[in-house]
Amino acid sequence: MKDLHQQFNTQELTPINAPFFTCKEKKKGEDRRAKLCESIEESIKRSGLQDGMTISFHHAFRGGDLLINNVMNVIAKMGFKNLTLASSSLASVNDPVIEHIKNGVVTQIYTSGLRSKLGEAISKGLMEKPVQIHSHGGRVHLIQSGELKIDVAFLGVPVCDAFGNANGYSGRSKCGSLGYAMIDAQHAEYVIVLTESLEEYPNVPASLHQDQVDAVVLVDEVGDPSKIGAGETRMTTNPKELLLASHTAKLIEHSGLFKEGFSIQTGTGGASLATTVFLSEKMEEKGIHASFGLGGITGTMVYMLKRGLIKTLLDVQSFDEFAAKSLGENKNHIEISANEYANPSSKGAAIKQLDIVVLSALEVDLDFNVNVITGSKGFLRGASGGHSDTAAEAKLSIIVAPLTRGRLPTVTKRVNTIVTPGSTVDVVITDQGIAVNPKNVELKARLKKAGLQIVEMQELYDRAIALCGEPAEIKYADKVVAVIRYRDGSIIDVVRQLA
Amino acid sequence: MKPKLRRSMLFVPGSNTGMVCNAFIYKPDTVMFDLEDSVALSEKDSARMMVFHALQHFTYKDIETAVRVNPLDTPFGLLDLEAVIRAGVDIVRLPKTDTVEDVLDMEREIERIEIKIGSPKKTMLLAAIESALGVVNAVDIARSSTRMMGIALGAEDFVRDLHTQRTKEGHELMAARNQILLAARAAKIGAFDSIFSDVKDKEGFMHEVDLIKGLGFDGKSLINPNQIPWLHSAFAPSQKNINWAIEVLEAAKDAKERGLGVISLDGKMVDAPVILRAEWIMDLARASGVLGEEQ
Amino acid sequence: MSKKLETAHAGTLESSDAFVRVIPVDAKGIEIELESSVEEIYGDAIRARVLETATAMSVEGVKIIVQDKGALDYVIKARVQTAILRALGEAEPDWSVL
Repeated sequence: MKDLHQQFNTQELTPINAPFFTCKEKKKGEDRRAKLCESIEESIKRSGLQDGMTISFHHAFRGGDLLINNVMNVIAKMGFKNLTLASSSLASVNDPVIEHIKNGVVTQIYTSGLRSKLGEAISKGLMEKPVQIHSHGGRVHLIQSGELKIDVAFLGVPVCDAFGNANGYSGRSKCGSLGYAMIDAQHAEYVIVLTESLEEYPNVPASLHQDQVDAVVLVDEVGDPSKIGAGETRMTTNPKELLLASHTAKLIEHSGLFKEGFSIQTGTGGASLATTVFLSEKMEEKGIHASFGLGGITGTMVYMLKRGLIKTLLDVQSFDEFAAKSLGENKNHIEISANEYANPSSKGAAIKQLDIVVLSALEVDLDFNVNVITGSKGFLRGASGGHSDTAAEAKLSIIVAPLTRGRLPTVTKRVNTIVTPGSTVDVVITDQGIAVNPKNVELKARLKKAGLQIVEMQELYDRAIALCGEPAEIKYADKVVAVIRYRDGSIIDVVRQLA
Repeated sequence: MKPKLRRSMLFVPGSNTGMVCNAFIYKPDTVMFDLEDSVALSEKDSARMMVFHALQHFTYKDIETAVRVNPLDTPFGLLDLEAVIRAGVDIVRLPKTDTVEDVLDMEREIERIEIKIGSPKKTMLLAAIESALGVVNAVDIARSSTRMMGIALGAEDFVRDLHTQRTKEGHELMAARNQILLAARAAKIGAFDSIFSDVKDKEGFMHEVDLIKGLGFDGKSLINPNQIPWLHSAFAPSQKNINWAIEVLEAAKDAKERGLGVISLDGKMVDAPVILRAEWIMDLARASGVLGEEQ
Repeated sequence: MSKKLETAHAGTLESSDAFVRVIPVDAKGIEIELESSVEEIYGDAIRARVLETATAMSVEGVKIIVQDKGALDYVIKARVQTAILRALGEAEPDWSVL
């Protein structure tokens, strides 16, 4: 041995003693179900969770999520305090987090979105430390850059085997892509998978892998399947949404990018869905096919895939049950992680290959800045999502929003909160005119020529104010309740407490 | 003078606040606020007040407005007129016009109100023909007033009067449609077809639009904004027609520049009505969204 | 000069509309009670509009309760005017003050 040490110039090599004994705790014939825990509580004990640590969740169950609340209740009951909650996003269903904040269980939050009563409570100053709002791509960057260090990840899935191979496209509570959970599985110190059903080993192809998972818990339910779908799945009959959609489809048609092999990302909601339907008609008419559809995938995108109008779907989040199911059935419907989707510091984020993105807005201002996080009344009530990521990288970023919502103007002098900087926004489509960012001289000329109603942003603003009246200034206190992190981790804006 | 485009007349119940506040964004050629059949008796006053204000709102300044008022023999008809004439409506749509008398009664009241308030405007009339008697009298109704800008078929009441119902093929409306069209054209006014009530049936709607467009109607009443783009696309001129119109207008421009009195295209003389027709096609093409603003 | 009023209402609670109630009270003047989905940014503008509209119609000794669901300015005006006309039992308004 001494010779060998000298020869390799190292002290660290150990000669074989007996098979399997060299690795800590790994024995031949070890209980193959060793990762299985009896309860959520047991898995938490095994994880070594301590006060002050960071726990994480993913948000693929959206409004149907039952897991975050269940796990948080167990954690609270076990007496943990001072935790950082880092869910990839939070939905209205997560309002019970308010209690955990009040009781000191959660003292810091990282999330893409805040809505409903939780958003309102935080806007009114519920938390000492401001919430860190990140984009979907930005979250991966925060994790990889070391700012957001996840100690224990709690990842809900519909289906998993006892060794930790999990997917989201089968089982009862199908959520489809586990694109956000993949990041936590990869980076968290301790990974707990909570599943609704246990499959025989190996449950493949898997989205979360056995070599990433420390513990598996069988739970009664992780989600409510009827509420997992985000928004509409049927074609809207709302005339305003259809009007916006037809403007959007026509704009895309004349954008100069509508040609064989183009790529597109759209969101949820009636107008977005109708846009894809109208666009499909134009694609069929002109014999044009898209190379890929990206991002949150909807049933209409799946329909386009099946019709051969789109060649590949790159799916980081499945917005409805059709998309969730298709992920397991169609070989060209591909699951991608948030890192592959949108991380600005990733070696290859798909958004860098994207031609067109169709996005929504709560507010847009004269400089084309977009707010998707606070409402007109200053409350936190939205999500950053992939908004700033895609707007920055896609060749053409289109914002679609009604000029007014009831008496609330969408186009404002200055947005309450900047999530996406105006320099990354190309076009704003409203029901009363389309504004093109002045930097896009050629595009503007092209769209005018095509007969679209192109106006200046100032005209849209004047019209919105003529309709609604000059809004009174919202009164804010000094305290910062949320920090809006741009995708590279920098601070683009802050949200202050409502006075 | 070039005639105004009146392909789409969108019905907006005066009692439906959301529709009243939003109808303008769909850009129908004419928006038609209704105070009659779509408004409950208990809400006649509130709908009248809502329409009174909407007509004056800036959102309806760039769009032709019409109001279907209640008949003068109800307690609401005169009050409706008082409100909408003061608010500056462009067209009053007469409900259930059976005879010339119906038109003259309405004309008299409108004139009286216009004089009373010192309005410089000459409010136009649109007669809705909704009965067998009205169809029989269509020729006289069409030429009964200089204010008359068009006559329209109200098919729902008409088929009841005929003891039949509407069908997809529309044979039951053939006679009435032809009669109304002939009466309108003889009086040199517009002819407008009835509503198509199944808002989800795009195919049936397009079938009916093809039919009435072929017969010669200027346009159609609509009950849902979603039908507007369908209608406008059906009325859009073909690329062949557009190309022809462009050639005619270029020839006219060329002749003018060269100081020629006679315009010719491919060896044939082009006279004034042909140029008007070409201009009309280009207007229609622009309004249909098939042409950019530069063309 | 103030006119005699009965209790009356107009409008609906649908979005983009307002439900307006007019109630005669013993006190002088015009009392306004507003509940609005856009209170934070348009509350003052709405109260001013209601007051102006009622004043123009020469009513007094009245409480006007407005439940606003994001109605545009002219909708508020129309609803208040209709409610007051109903309270006055008048079919035809003095158009010049509307």
